Amino acid sequence: MLAYIIRRIFVLIPTLLGVSILVFLMLHLTPGDPAELLMGERASEEALQEIREHLGLNKPLYEQYGLFLKQLMQGDLGETIWTRQKVWIEVKQRFPATIELSIVALFISCFAGMILGIISATKQYSIFDYLSMLGALVGVSMPIFWLGLVFMLIFALNLGWLPMSGRLTVGVELETITNLYILDAIITRNWAALRDALWHIIMPAVTLSTIPTAIVARMTRSAMLEVLRQDYIKTAKAKGLSQFIVIFKHALRNALIPVVTTIGLQFGVLLGGAILTETIFAWPGVGKWMYDAVMQRDYMVIRSGTLFIATIFVLINLCVDVLYAVINPRISVK
Amino acid sequence: MRHLLEVKDLEVKFALWFGELTAIDGISFTLDRGERLGIVGESGAGKSVTGFAIINLISKPGYISAGQILFEGQELNRLPEDEMRSIRGNRISMIFQDPMMTLNPVLTIGTQMIETVLAHENVSKSEAVDIALDKLKKVHIPSPEKRIHQYPHECSGGMRQRIVVAIALLTNPALIIADEPTTALDVTIQAEIMDLLLELCESEKMGLILITHDLGVVSQITEKVIVMYAGKIVESGATQSVVQDPKHPYTRGLLKAIPGIIPPGSRLYQIPGMMPNLTEIPQGCSFHPRCTISESICSTEVPALISKDQHHRMVACHMVK
Ligand SMILES: Nc1ncnc2c1ncn2[C@@H]1O[C@H](COP(=O)(O)OP(=O)(O)OP(=O)(O)O)[C@@H](O)[C@H]1O
Ligand SMILES: [Mg+2]
Repeated sequence: MLAYIIRRIFVLIPTLLGVSILVFLMLHLTPGDPAELLMGERASEEALQEIREHLGLNKPLYEQYGLFLKQLMQGDLGETIWTRQKVWIEVKQRFPATIELSIVALFISCFAGMILGIISATKQYSIFDYLSMLGALVGVSMPIFWLGLVFMLIFALNLGWLPMSGRLTVGVELETITNLYILDAIITRNWAALRDALWHIIMPAVTLSTIPTAIVARMTRSAMLEVLRQDYIKTAKAKGLSQFIVIFKHALRNALIPVVTTIGLQFGVLLGGAILTETIFAWPGVGKWMYDAVMQRDYMVIRSGTLFIATIFVLINLCVDVLYAVINPRISVK
Repeated sequence: MRHLLEVKDLEVKFALWFGELTAIDGISFTLDRGERLGIVGESGAGKSVTGFAIINLISKPGYISAGQILFEGQELNRLPEDEMRSIRGNRISMIFQDPMMTLNPVLTIGTQMIETVLAHENVSKSEAVDIALDKLKKVHIPSPEKRIHQYPHECSGGMRQRIVVAIALLTNPALIIADEPTTALDVTIQAEIMDLLLELCESEKMGLILITHDLGVVSQITEKVIVMYAGKIVESGATQSVVQDPKHPYTRGLLKAIPGIIPPGSRLYQIPGMMPNLTEIPQGCSFHPRCTISESICSTEVPALISKDQHHRMVACHMVK
């Protein structure tokens, strides 16, 4: 198994190189002068010349790419165009915020989606089944920003149960290690901060998880229905096993195979949805940052953000493949 | 002496949206300890439904609407689900048709065997492993210690069906219901599995209900046979006498249709027509539209299953005297 994982990681290298080339070329493939693209049409000739010098845009392409890769290896993501700040400083703050939000949302959608799907499948054509599948249909078609605003209106403004926005209440102390606040609070045993961080993440995470929950629920239901029809389920029942074991040991393990793929794909949807959710709830993550960067045409930020999202995507795919091999013994890992 | 299994006037219906369909229409039979019974008939005759009815596992819209199933003195169709579960896979085991489909692909052979033992017997896990290994040896699986760590896809079809048989044996059941256990296997392996089943039934004193549409297999293995057509028993009796002297025209047709060694150029016999859909069963004898000897009474009156000779032979046909 370990050998399989290592082999899979090696296969990632060319993929990631490809991503880096694409991200690098993003600027150069756009028609027009890169310097002008960066600085805007009304920039003075000196300013253009200066940015060319600064970013090495006057060097040959392969040399620029070589430099870009070298910096990347050293963890240097360059500077923002306008403020000339190290991109890395922002990245360290913002990537964990997005990851934390996405992972919590993913957990919610896996958990809720699978439970709904399993119950619907085992009670096919019952009221519960109809209601949850109707809910799933509404869930996938719900505009995320609208839902976020409705939640905010109800739970923050009217009921006052949950905070409006942000990651932590101002004044709550938290020693940051990973910048994943929930994790940091657990590591440092700072229960007050943990409670506060969870408090803040509930609404954005639930908002973000709506669509994936609906998709996972539908996928789980159809996969379970398919599996429950199989002969080996009849065998399991005929062996006198309890309903619980038949469903969770015999059926779910098999149904998980397609569901895991779906969940992997949902992570991409989550990252996309994160941009909207973060903007609504003022969540200081990559999504909001990228949104601002696009508005300001900060190429360096967009480049880093794209690299980040692509890398996460590739890593998630790796996880899915590994999980796949774990639950499906028919995939040869040798 | 009390029978091991006694099925009395069993009736199974399926509730469909346009009404009800009677899949089993009042069948009765008995089985004694260590006795082997064959159930034959064309596809859709209700053989599998009968098997599932005995262990009370008829799939969803279906239910037992009338009759009694007595097994070892208990009325199975009245038992609460948890008591029924302690009989399923324990006192009565079931073997299904396709070994490619009846083993769970994501669980090892060992897991699937041990869970059965643990569900029914108060033993430790290592004792359960020993029982599993013992049964794998009984069905002649080479190096069982290795097999129990393998997944179904790592075994051949014949091997898997042996494993399925071994699973059925785990709890020393009094009765095995085998639903077309060899249909999916090739001919030589079919014979092997059948021999194995016969050998085990004799050595372990197990009762067997062998469901098949192959009268040839039935005549090799079983002592009694019932022939089913459209949810009813049309003929039953001692296997040898039924096979050598079939009385019902349907049984005769089935026997003629057994592929033997036929002269080149000649065609295999087929019973004319098809078994009716259970929603449109003809009036009178349900076989009469396909029958070569039917007369007017056959299309109006349902023939009763009555004794036609001294050898416990029962036939449901107006034309047989
Ligand atoms: N789930 C179901 N829903 C509706 N009707 C069913 C269902 N299962 C079985 N039946 C009915 O019961 C009848 C008997 O089915 P059964 O499976 O017992 O046939 P069989 O004799 O085992 O045939 P085969 O040789 O094809 O296995 C079928 O013709 C069908 O009409
Ligand atoms: Mg059948």
